[in-house]
Amino acid sequence: MGGFRRADWVALGRCQLVGLAGFLVVGAGLLAGGALTLLPLGIGFRVLPAAAGLLRRVSDRYRARAARWTGRPLSPPDPLPRGTSARRGSAAILGDDGFWHDLRWAWLEPWTGGVLAAVPLALVEYGAFGALVQPFVWRRLGDGNWYAFVPVTSTAGMLTALLLGLVLITTGLRLAPVMATLHARLTHRLLSAPRTTELTRRVARLADTRATALDVHAAELTRIERDLHDGAQARLVALGLTLDEATRLLGTDPEAARTLLLDVRATSARALQDLRDLVHGIHPPILTDRGLADAVRSLALDSHLDVEVTVDLPPARLPAPVESAAYFAVSELLTNAAKHAAATRVDITLTHNATHLRVSVTDDGHGGADPSSGTGLPGIRRRLDTFDGTLALHSPPGGPTTATLEIPCASSSPKTSSSSATA
Amino acid sequence: MRVVLAEDLFLLRDGLTRTLREHGCEVVASVDNGPALVRALRETDLDVAVIDIRLPPTHTDEGLQAALEARRTRPRLPVLILSQYVDQLYAHELLASGEGAVGYLLKDRVTHTAQFIDALHTVAAGGTVMDPQVIAKLLTRSEKRGRTDSLTPREHEVLTLMAEGRSNTAIADALHISESAVAKHIASIFSKLEIEQSPEANRRVLAVLAYLKG
Repeated sequence: MGGFRRADWVALGRCQLVGLAGFLVVGAGLLAGGALTLLPLGIGFRVLPAAAGLLRRVSDRYRARAARWTGRPLSPPDPLPRGTSARRGSAAILGDDGFWHDLRWAWLEPWTGGVLAAVPLALVEYGAFGALVQPFVWRRLGDGNWYAFVPVTSTAGMLTALLLGLVLITTGLRLAPVMATLHARLTHRLLSAPRTTELTRRVARLADTRATALDVHAAELTRIERDLHDGAQARLVALGLTLDEATRLLGTDPEAARTLLLDVRATSARALQDLRDLVHGIHPPILTDRGLADAVRSLALDSHLDVEVTVDLPPARLPAPVESAAYFAVSELLTNAAKHAAATRVDITLTHNATHLRVSVTDDGHGGADPSSGTGLPGIRRRLDTFDGTLALHSPPGGPTTATLEIPCASSSPKTSSSSATA
Repeated sequence: MRVVLAEDLFLLRDGLTRTLREHGCEVVASVDNGPALVRALRETDLDVAVIDIRLPPTHTDEGLQAALEARRTRPRLPVLILSQYVDQLYAHELLASGEGAVGYLLKDRVTHTAQFIDALHTVAAGGTVMDPQVIAKLLTRSEKRGRTDSLTPREHEVLTLMAEGRSNTAIADALHISESAVAKHIASIFSKLEIEQSPEANRRVLAVLAYLKG
């Protein structure tokens, strides 16, 4: 059977699993249905919460499997409502969309799933009977022995049966992946939270992250305003005052005026430096000039740690807000590694697949970082939220610490890349 | 000295041209954008190019790219890059673009005319001039790694100025000590850090920078 692909056998195994697990679904569906019919008698109220709970456990298992087999995450329904009493609980369950979806699925699954899974299984099993069993038993079975439409009463008949069996096995195996995928997709569709639930959740999340983004933005503006006020602005005022005094002294005491003018020069240099620092904090110029990869390399050179940067990014630039968020996150993580983890070496990798920018920062420090403590990590997370980005932290005591951040962003459209190519 | 000047802001270009003329430099070409700079660096007979890093049309690092490109085809072409901010990565790229004849300074350093003209002459003569901010960052890094622990505070000061590309005379002036004292400090620094001492000033700076980068 070396000609058959491994994936076909895996799919056949899945069909078998679906077939067997179907009994569980039938059981759970019947229980829930039974509880519903018993509601008028009152006893149904006692049974329904447990039955609905069992049904949810079974359907959750199917959800996990459907997500794995289709490779697409599946948005689960809201958790089943609970009541203070059996009666209240049941009432809440009866009003819950998720429960009715589960029930609908439980009654459909044995038919749809059963049929889809049964076709390849039946073909392979009947094929195995023809190819592996008939050759040994046909002599003993006598005249009435048929295999499908083939009378197996002679060696020629036996060989035909064997051949037919092999054809059936092959067909069954080839069908298995198709059926398994079809079933997984169907399950995915039936068990996903209704579109409205999904959208409601999305809206809630967007409102949340938008509020955060506005807060971050407002805080940033306040910081800039304060920095300007205390820094460059104050220095310019001082500059004006000193210049005024120098002008007055010019006629009477040129030497003192000269000293003041030298002061003015020093102050103007400091004001410039203040502005430079401010600009760097808003948007580092190298990010504009060169993009994320070189900006991170620049961070690496600024750090006193040994920082190794590995880059695998498309030549086209990523969206500016994404670059900026990733840059400041890396900057924060590098500071953490130096300050809190007592690390000496850091590895940074930047990669991008079709949908996500992925940045991982690993240090050789003592680990044990708490993602919820301090302002650094929660701050990074808050900024990433706006992009639906994530920050995963793996920091066992003793180290090493790995922080991985992912930001969804499609690789630049051809339009963007061609416009940057002409620049 | 023949100077090519690249600066897109008219006021600055005008001011720089005047400063250069006052100090006996001849501005043989004065350009305000990247493509014109590339052409000027390819075709002009020059002793040194003074380049603003940010030029049209992209307003990013056009000037630096043009300088690096020119130094690939004309090795050791003396360039002095001016910028509103200094970045360690750009400093590294410039230092790696050939041995010496490079400078990288913050734009406001031109207001210290004497020092600016000094730097220009150093670069034109094949030397290396790095902005105090670049050197400060390199030194902080070396310090945190414990690579300069053996130096006395005075030697530390001398090392800083030496790394910036200042001559012994300039170092002596800045620290108010004699030139022979400077020479003594330098010898001590080189032996403490185990850097091979080169009689040539240019190589001396490069050796120090290589040590600090490592």
